[in-house]
Amino acid sequence: MGGAGAEEELTAQETALYDRQIRVWGVDAQKRLSKAHVLVCGVNGTTIEFCKNIVLAGVGSLSLMDDHIVTQDDLNANFLIPPDESIYGGRSRAEVCCESLKDFNPMVRVAVAKGDPSLIDGEFLDRFDIIVVSCRPLKTKLFINDNCRKRSKHIAFYSIECKDSCGEIFADLQNHSYVQKMPGKEPEQQELTYPSLQEAISVPWKSLPKKTTKLYFAMRGRNPGETSLSDLPAVLARRKEMCDRMSLNESQIPTVLLERLLAAGKKEHPPVCAILGGILGQEVIKSISCKGDPMKNFFYFDTADGKGVMEDVPPTPAD
Amino acid sequence: MASAASEEAVKAAKVLMVGAGGIGCELLKTLALTGFSDIHLIDLDTIEVSNLNRQFLFRKSHVGQSKAHVARDAVLKFRPKINISSYHANVKDAQFNVDFFKQFNVVLNGLDNLDARRHVNRLCLAAEVPLVESGTTGFLGQVTVHVKGKTECYECQPKPVPKSYPVCTITSTPSKFVHCIVWAKDLLFAKLFGDKNQDNDLNVHSKDGSSSKSDVFERDVDEDLDQYARRIYDHVFGYNIEVALDNEETWKNRRRPTPVYIRDTLPEETVQQNGTSRECNNGHEEPSAMASLGFRNPQEIWTLADNSRVFLETLKLFFEKRQKEIGNLIFDKDDQLAVELVTSAANIRAHSFGIPLHSLFEAKGVAGNIVHAVATTNAMIAGLIVIEAVKVLQGDYKNYRMTYCLEHAKRKMLLMPVEPFEPNESCYVCSETPLLLDVNTKTTKLREVIDKIIKSKLGMNLPLVMIGSTLVFEDGDGLEEDEAANYALNLEKVLAELPAPVINGTKLTVEDFQQELSCSINIKHREEFDEEKEPDGMVLSGWSAPVEKQVTSNGGKLAASSSSAHDTVGDASANPGTKRKLDEVLESKENCDASSSAQVIEDDDDTIMLDEDPTLLKKKRSQ
Repeated sequence: MGGAGAEEELTAQETALYDRQIRVWGVDAQKRLSKAHVLVCGVNGTTIEFCKNIVLAGVGSLSLMDDHIVTQDDLNANFLIPPDESIYGGRSRAEVCCESLKDFNPMVRVAVAKGDPSLIDGEFLDRFDIIVVSCRPLKTKLFINDNCRKRSKHIAFYSIECKDSCGEIFADLQNHSYVQKMPGKEPEQQELTYPSLQEAISVPWKSLPKKTTKLYFAMRGRNPGETSLSDLPAVLARRKEMCDRMSLNESQIPTVLLERLLAAGKKEHPPVCAILGGILGQEVIKSISCKGDPMKNFFYFDTADGKGVMEDVPPTPAD
Repeated sequence: MASAASEEAVKAAKVLMVGAGGIGCELLKTLALTGFSDIHLIDLDTIEVSNLNRQFLFRKSHVGQSKAHVARDAVLKFRPKINISSYHANVKDAQFNVDFFKQFNVVLNGLDNLDARRHVNRLCLAAEVPLVESGTTGFLGQVTVHVKGKTECYECQPKPVPKSYPVCTITSTPSKFVHCIVWAKDLLFAKLFGDKNQDNDLNVHSKDGSSSKSDVFERDVDEDLDQYARRIYDHVFGYNIEVALDNEETWKNRRRPTPVYIRDTLPEETVQQNGTSRECNNGHEEPSAMASLGFRNPQEIWTLADNSRVFLETLKLFFEKRQKEIGNLIFDKDDQLAVELVTSAANIRAHSFGIPLHSLFEAKGVAGNIVHAVATTNAMIAGLIVIEAVKVLQGDYKNYRMTYCLEHAKRKMLLMPVEPFEPNESCYVCSETPLLLDVNTKTTKLREVIDKIIKSKLGMNLPLVMIGSTLVFEDGDGLEEDEAANYALNLEKVLAELPAPVINGTKLTVEDFQQELSCSINIKHREEFDEEKEPDGMVLSGWSAPVEKQVTSNGGKLAASSSSAHDTVGDASANPGTKRKLDEVLESKENCDASSSAQVIEDDDDTIMLDEDPTLLKKKRSQ
């Protein structure tokens, strides 16, 4: 992951720039970061927060894949797009954001990856150590995740979605070895095995702990993209069908929550973008550096209760 | 939540941001995106290279410029129509008075020091404006909400004040690396290159009859630099240790230090040899012993011999290349040569005392009180601040939360919200409870009480001290000459001899007009103080009656604050008005205020906090 810790020292420039963060994660982790290559499919308010974070952190390269032409709406939660149509007009989201991101850290190679995420082939994936997908149909996410797992190279997969004032992150690190350092204890080598996206969303609901975040269930039924409250009847029907099938009480997925998610549409509440993008940034840094407990395997944030919660689905059997 | 009502509240709001650094950049960006359109921003700092790993509104070309102004310009680029007023100023300036604060709907802090935080807290209380506080250190962070009358103020729970070390620990009996750093920085460096008029505890006298000097540190005109450097080396690391060893009592139960002489550490290097081994130093670059000696890796722990080489080389380089600055230098963590000197000196001293050596990178962190920081934590905290700010604007007080950002999940939570406490009825800041000061009124001068207690512990900026109706001291501009002279005289008097004598049972009234803070201090006369445990020679307690109070939520081991002297670790349920489960928060040692440096050296169990004004041992001569 990210290449072996190289023998060469960090340059004087890197040491000066990264001083404060090297004091957090150490020189070795910084070196690994500089060799890591990240792909982000889907440019939105949340993923650009993530992009800002990892460019500042000093990854080797960042590639953005999003051919959608920039629209006025994109300006709402995205501070990388200058509000000047003469600059962004007719250009893709990836292109405009790449330009801005380059400025944050000249030592990181930031580039546009042209193409359709649903058609990415395996060999293309081998260029990367980390893939992040957002705002794509479930089918595309499953396709990419599956391809990542098929490669012999270790590629970590993340999906991230912000639905107005709440959101979800999913991580699949396959088999991940890392060093864990708990306060007051010596560093320990740990190993984790992650389920695929398919496995993680196919878990029978009745087998999940009662206190599992409602967002987990609520986010399973919907498709990203244009939605609105008029979709509610269809979604409620879907809820009934899924709950019957999974033997789950419908109250576990409150109507109020579903309404919120539908009304959200493509809206992203900027504070939530910052929170989700921050968590994902930290997770990717942990993943690349093989240092620190990575999230396993879902993370949820909801402004309604202010909690940032991890869910392990399917739950790891206790030893 | 982005409802129509909250959107309206946001659009109409006028907010004040204090701090345009790590949290500030993220916060300004998120506020602008969220729809805030009238933001005022205060920051006294200018941009440095080490900021750029996280303060993303700044570029390398901005180094040296005002953070507040550059941040404003950067955000206007993507939100050109909003109003941002930036002030390159200190929030403690007189212009930011209560009337200034009153114009805002909410104040958002992104500060990095306790002093400014307390100041803003008091102004917000006086102006009755809600305050959202925050802090980050590495992966940890928190956001707290403070609304007068509804929640605790920022000072309701005592924050640990920076640790001060007894003088003797620094001068004679260091046991930790940080003690060696303080010695190297505040004594040796100050003595060599700082203001000659400062008092300094370093022994400058040589018993050696051959020296006609009264001050060993004085360099003779045209004295060979190599010789001078070696002489200093032998004096501070060799001779002074021998002198200390003479005092048997000190070493009865302590490991005896080993004197170190240059003839032993660098036996083969004659003066000439040392000279020719230096690499050519490009005249345009900053002078550096590491560069000159070919040491490239600041993470490497040097041997005693190499530390000695660095020490001698830095001394020489200061005199050769920076002669003009000598006599005026103050230690600056960004001064490479100064850091090299302090590192090498601290390491040699550490070797003497059997303390492990550290790399330049680590030493710099200790000497410079560097707080480790990353962009992601700041981004998350900024998001949480805005969420609380929106609740505050709508008066949604039932949903106010203190949110903690954890490194290791607790009960599955990485972001843990907790309900705020009700105000502490015994808080001297927001509830005006009198304080108690144990002090020797016959030997302690007024100046000491003002410096150590009123300005330092109570955080008052421009205090006024009254005894009954007699005004014994006032600070600030606009004093008449004779008033000022009178106050200067009073400063040097012991308490019992002030115009209104202070004895056991006297009550002092202390005020700071700008902060609109007034409090009473009841004096209790005490003859003796423990030099190690009570190095200030006086003890302040914040509560007039001992109360069962829990350990602060800012890390159990840290509280060196003497206001906790009467505290005991108590049952959370004994605290009146508790609304939340404190035990969960308290058990977590992770909840630290960013004003306290997190663990500086990993192998050291004590969490060390260093004074931001590290001139702990400075004793100014009276003007």
